Amino acid sequence: MNYLNTGLPAPIPAGDGLDKPFWEGLQKELLLLQRCSVCTGWQWGPEWSCHRCHSFELRYEEVSPVGVIFSYERVWHPVHPALKEQGPYLIVLVVLPQAGEVRMVGNLLGDPRQEVPIGAEVRGVFEHHNDTEPAFTLLHWELSNSAT
Amino acid sequence: MRTLRGRVAVVGIGETAYYKRGESPDAEFKLALKAILAACSDAGIAPEAIDGFASYSNDRSDPSRLAAALGCRELRFANMQWGGGGGGGSAAVGNGAAAVATGMAECVVVFRSLAQGQFGRFGQGPRRNVIQGDGAHTVPYGLMSPAQMFAMKVQRFMFDHQVVQSALRSISLASYHHAQNNPRAVMYGRPLDERTYEDSRWIVEPFHLYDCCQENDGAAAMIIVPAERAGDFAQPPAYLLSAVAGSHYRAGASVHNTPDYATSTFKTLAPRLYEMAGVSPGDVNVLQSYENFTGGVMMSIVEHGFCEPDACNEFFVKERFLAPDGELPLNTSGGNLAECYMHGLGLNIEAVRQIRGQSTNQVAGAQVSMVISGPMVTPVSASIFGAEGVL
Repeated sequence: MNYLNTGLPAPIPAGDGLDKPFWEGLQKELLLLQRCSVCTGWQWGPEWSCHRCHSFELRYEEVSPVGVIFSYERVWHPVHPALKEQGPYLIVLVVLPQAGEVRMVGNLLGDPRQEVPIGAEVRGVFEHHNDTEPAFTLLHWELSNSAT
Repeated sequence: MRTLRGRVAVVGIGETAYYKRGESPDAEFKLALKAILAACSDAGIAPEAIDGFASYSNDRSDPSRLAAALGCRELRFANMQWGGGGGGGSAAVGNGAAAVATGMAECVVVFRSLAQGQFGRFGQGPRRNVIQGDGAHTVPYGLMSPAQMFAMKVQRFMFDHQVVQSALRSISLASYHHAQNNPRAVMYGRPLDERTYEDSRWIVEPFHLYDCCQENDGAAAMIIVPAERAGDFAQPPAYLLSAVAGSHYRAGASVHNTPDYATSTFKTLAPRLYEMAGVSPGDVNVLQSYENFTGGVMMSIVEHGFCEPDACNEFFVKERFLAPDGELPLNTSGGNLAECYMHGLGLNIEAVRQIRGQSTNQVAGAQVSMVISGPMVTPVSASIFGAEGVL
């Protein structure tokens, strides 16, 4: 079962191809983020050049999908028809220490009314949407100390 | 020294009636014309004399069409502040002022017009089957409205500084209090008390319903002329002391990756704002601070030096923010929460009104009147107006 009700817009790679490897990676259960081939710095969200050394030699490198909750929000008011019957849901901003402290947005699995501990460790959970056209995969998070 | 301080003055202000979103009987362009004509009438200026227009947030009322409709003798300046939505309010004032101060134009109108019934709403998610670009990394997770974009920042600030909900509540209560004296306010006759605030539904934690701005229809305008001409008009002039715009290092890093995250975006602007104006926070008699959401007001007030971040729970109490006697009268028209969400330009107009002594919640003898526009976005902006006595 998916975390959010179906019917939200499906993510597709940007028309200019900037984040295509990221989305293809998620479908293979790989988290691929940008890393500069010259200065080795990590970068996210995606951009065409490295903001540190201005090199265009950015590659997508595999990162272990584990992180720490940096902030969160519990959404109650639906702003999209697909979420009308959803009830509250949790969005987390997760920081990845092993990838230069870049941050990612995702949902926190489990009880949507749970208390969310900022600073807690989380691990990634891939949610495949293979029955949709186009197919895509989202990356969610769950507390590392929760039962698998 | 290169400065805007005292170089230009606001001599005319104008507003349409303010409506709930979708309820304007007038088309958006007609609203813009009405507000501009009201500002001309207020100043005693012939509309034909306007030679410049400045706006923000991709306002749809095109300057060339406005100049044609108004019969302006000549168009010299047509300016749009790029990006940041309501964060462009004081920037548009600064851009118009810069044009006048440098001789590019003689009489610039700064304006904003909105008819959300005619066009789209702000507070709704995208209605399409696929999404790409920055939105692809947030929208499929249900993060798509302004409230959802900013609650995450405020939550982190409240965590870092142990802020409790009553701090946000005080901002909302002050706006609603002031709106009860302002017949123009959409929430005139609809007071708010603590219980109603606490019992209101969550939109997204930590924002209750009353922490969120309205969505409205209407238009607002102000007229800027060189300081040398400021005495030639029907109203007392409000001189511009300072206007700044911008954001900090990599504020625009996408997918919530700006290094300094839990901020209203004003840390690099506030020192420049005060330096140009030649004032400090203690000199500010009255403050209008853009409420997209109350949490943004709180961080704005902290970053402009009125309060230490760890002292928010003690500082943010309603009484401090009430005109005429509060220590820091705040959003004295009712602001975006309770007067009208004219994308923040109503705040600049209220700041001018305070200098003139014409507010419905007048602060006696206000000489220095400040506006903070559009927190938490990039770019943001801020401005300070002053009476003749502070030049």
